[in-house]
Parts: sequence; C-alpha cells; structure tokens
Amino acid sequence: MSNVLDTAAIRGQFPILSREVHGQPLVYLDHAASSQKPIAVIEAQREYLSHYHSNVHRGVHALSQQATDAFERARSTVQYHIGAAHLEEIIWVAGATDGINLVAQAWGREHIEAGDVILITRMEHHANIVPWQMLAKERGAKVEAVNILADGTLDEDDFQKKLKLNPKMVAFMHVSNTLGTINDAQRFTQMAKSAGATVLIDGSQALPHMMVDVVELGCDFYVFSGHKAYGPTGIGVLYGRKDILEAMNPWRGGGEMIDVVSLEEGTTYAALPHKFEAGTPHISGAVALGVALQWLTGVGVKSVAEHETILSAQARHQLGKIDGLRFIGEAPKTSGVVSFIVEAVHPYDLGTLLDQQGIAVRTGHHCTQPIMDHYAIPGTVRASFGAYNTLQEVDALVQGVERALKMLR
Amino acid sequence: MNAELQSRQEEIVEEFSFYEDWMEKYEQLIEMGKELDALPEQNRLDEHLIRGCQSRVWLLATKDENQSVRFHADSDAIITKGLVALMVRVLDGLPPKDIAESDLWFIEKIGLDKHLSPTRANGLHSMVQQMKRYGVAFQAK
Repeated sequence: MSNVLDTAAIRGQFPILSREVHGQPLVYLDHAASSQKPIAVIEAQREYLSHYHSNVHRGVHALSQQATDAFERARSTVQYHIGAAHLEEIIWVAGATDGINLVAQAWGREHIEAGDVILITRMEHHANIVPWQMLAKERGAKVEAVNILADGTLDEDDFQKKLKLNPKMVAFMHVSNTLGTINDAQRFTQMAKSAGATVLIDGSQALPHMMVDVVELGCDFYVFSGHKAYGPTGIGVLYGRKDILEAMNPWRGGGEMIDVVSLEEGTTYAALPHKFEAGTPHISGAVALGVALQWLTGVGVKSVAEHETILSAQARHQLGKIDGLRFIGEAPKTSGVVSFIVEAVHPYDLGTLLDQQGIAVRTGHHCTQPIMDHYAIPGTVRASFGAYNTLQEVDALVQGVERALKMLR
Repeated sequence: MNAELQSRQEEIVEEFSFYEDWMEKYEQLIEMGKELDALPEQNRLDEHLIRGCQSRVWLLATKDENQSVRFHADSDAIITKGLVALMVRVLDGLPPKDIAESDLWFIEKIGLDKHLSPTRANGLHSMVQQMKRYGVAFQAK
C-alpha cells in the first residue's frame, strides 16, 4: 500500500490480476498501453449484452429504449467527468486515434488550406502526427513540430517561436505516454489561442491520471480512449466545443447521422452529437465506459494520481541506482510512466526477460518515433502504473531488471 | 534428409532438455549470441536486414570452395542474436539444396515456436525463410 489507496481492495476488483504468466504471478506494468478492467466494467458489458442489447435511437420497443437510455446516460457521465458545458459536445468515437482523424478530416478539410501550418510537438503519439500529415499532404499545408528539451519537457521558447508561424491548428498531448511529462495544457492552450489557433488536446494518458476540465483548459477539442481509463477497447470520446462542432460538416455518412435522406433532394444531417456518429455505435462499450469513469470517480482520480506518482517516484529512486541505467523523460511533473534504457542492453531483450518473470512492460518506440530520434535511441523499456499497482510490484520490477541485466551483461 | 542436419538438430534438442525453465533456456540463447562473431560494420547494411523483427537482424550468406553455404549473422539485441546463432549452427556449411529443403523440426521440439512471443516467433520465421531463400538462390547459381 502507498497509504493513499487501499490497493488490496482495488486489486480484488480486477480478476485478471490473479492470473499467472510463465508460472509467475502477473505484475502488470503496462497501464499506459491499456489498463485492466474492474469487475464493474466487465459486468456492465455483460449485463448490457445479456439483458437489454438493442439498437439505439431506432426502435419504439422497450429494449431499444433501455439501450438508448443507458447509452445517453453514459454520454452525460462523460460530460460531467470532463466538465463539458453541453451534452451534445460529447461525440462517441472508436478511440483517441479515431477522434483525431475525425477532426483532421471534418474540421481540417474545411479550414486548412495550401501553405497553412499545423503545429504539433515532437513528443506526440503517432496518432497525433499521422492524421495531420495526411491532411497536410492533401491540402498542401505544412506540419511543424515544437522541440522538446533534454528532460522531456516542451521547449517553450520554440513553442513561442513556432506560434509566430500563425498555425491554424495546434495539437498536443496532455500527458506523454513515453516520457511521462505532464504538460501545462491550460497555459499551452492560452498561448495557442492568443496566436489565433484552434486547439486539440490528446488526453489519452491524462484522463486516467488526473482531473480534466475542458472548459478550464479552454481547448476546442479534447480526445481520449476508453481502454486506457479502465473502460473497454473500441470506444473513446471526442469533445468539441458546441459552436465549432455545429459549424463542421460530418465526416462519415450513413445511418444515425441523418435528418432526411432523399435520392432526389439530397440529404440533411442530424443535430449534434449524432451528426458525427454514423452507423451503429459501440453501445456496450459506451455504456461500460460510463461505468469505468464512475468507478474511477468512486476511487478518486486525485488519489489515483497521487498513488501513481508515489509508485513512479519509488521506481525512479530504485532503478536510478542501477549502473548504466538512464531515464528517458525526467520532467519535474510526470505521471505514472517511467521510461528507461540501460547502456549496451537492447530494450527488447530486457522486456523479454522481464516477461519471463511475469512482469509486463512495454518495449520499443511506444508509437513515438520522433522522441526516439530526438534521443538517438532505438526504444525504451517503459513501466507504467495504474490504481491497482503496488510498491511490492515496483520491487518486483527492480529485482526483475537486476536479474535480467545479470544475464545480459 | 541430410544426416549432418539431423544430428545437429538432435544435439540441440538434447542440450535444451537439460534446462528446467525458460530463464535457463534464455541464458543459453544469450550465451550463444555472445559467442557468435559480430558482423563487421561494413556488412551491417540495411539490405541485409531481415524484415519482421523488432530488433535489427542482419543475415548474409556466401558459398565456400565446397559449394556449401556459409552464413554470417548479427543482431543489436542479444537474445535475437542467440536465436540467429542457433539457426546458423544448424544450417551453416550445408549444401544449398539441403538448406532449401530442410525440415527444422527442432524448433517445435524445444518449444521455441510456442514459447516465443508472437513478434519473436515471426522474427524467427523470417530468419528461417531468409536462410532457405539463400539455399534456393545458391542452388540456382
């Protein structure tokens, strides 16, 4: 226990944590790639599929109404969770990647013209790079990236400098999945807005780790994935400010997003949020994501953040004593992510030998190749902590690394 | 099948049967990786990289005066290098035809196919394919 959370009670709610891997108790330290699911979330999906599955917004029958109610209730849970002013500002998407692609296509095609600048940062996940590159290529625009400093924080002088290019869009991550850096998203948003840009924040790593208030942040768009926040895969959220979403044309066409379809007169579109939700949505995912956020609120997001900070600080303290080990990302404010490399040891080898000991970490570039280029490394080993991790697991990680290094060096 | 190839595979299966758990098997692979000579820098070319590996693996082949295939391999990750060293140990110095037609049953026998992570198993598969391709190519020459 870290004295902030009752981890024994929390762990009891995660069935997967009692399994073994290669004959060893599972030590799951890959929270930043995907979090494990509490019983409440698993049950919510099971219950939906067992008792009231039906298509939403379609039928007059009882099941469809129940499904629609649960689906829309989950939307309002998200609204309150992130402090959005209006329910229709919450768009269900498949995940953060899907949300960014939606904005790049629907907003981007209307606003980005030849010669325009889209400003991102060097620490972005590929999901917040590639959609903009695709858009830029199509429109003849340019993607510029703000540099990062050696400790893994954003180079604010470079940010100021690149804002002078008058970017139409500034897109950045709230918390880095590789470096653990917590960006001062509110201030960065203010800086970008002062330069006249529209702002998108990728909150995938922030939402499970901190209180997020989109109104306070002042951003135009905020995206996150459900599966990193104790919810199911295949569901996520795009928040967009109402006025900006209303002015946007839909991206995908199909059922659900229409008002009137006529082969002769053409088609008119549904109002928000359904305008952006073509096709049958991931209903059980949305319902269970609502439950996941309620679960997180029940445990206490602030306590979870504090707990994760204690674990990662302890991991940094203990791992830091290992000869030749170097942290990648040492910002003053970091999340529950600890990335490191060891001199003359390939991260893949270290990850393999940790896996043999039942310890799940991620190795490689973590979908952030520009960061690897910046530090001139092939990848890192990344341990990331969630509400269910313990100080004993930090010890297991450190001992596991030491044992692996004995074999490898 | 080539008798030498058979006995080499039997030898490896026997060696691996001594180890009780996979940590020890990995230890053995690491030792094999450390023992395999490094490729000179000029041979660590992108054109010699095997696709489908998470770490970088270089594999080259030449033909010696007996018309046998000689493999030269390296990797920037030591377990991967151990795996490629294992493959070199089995196939190095055999006639091209025997390599092209080789049945590498030892991989399954020592449980490599089942135990390796999917990315590693894919990498191993790519190594085998590339070695067999060299066998085919040298047969034609």
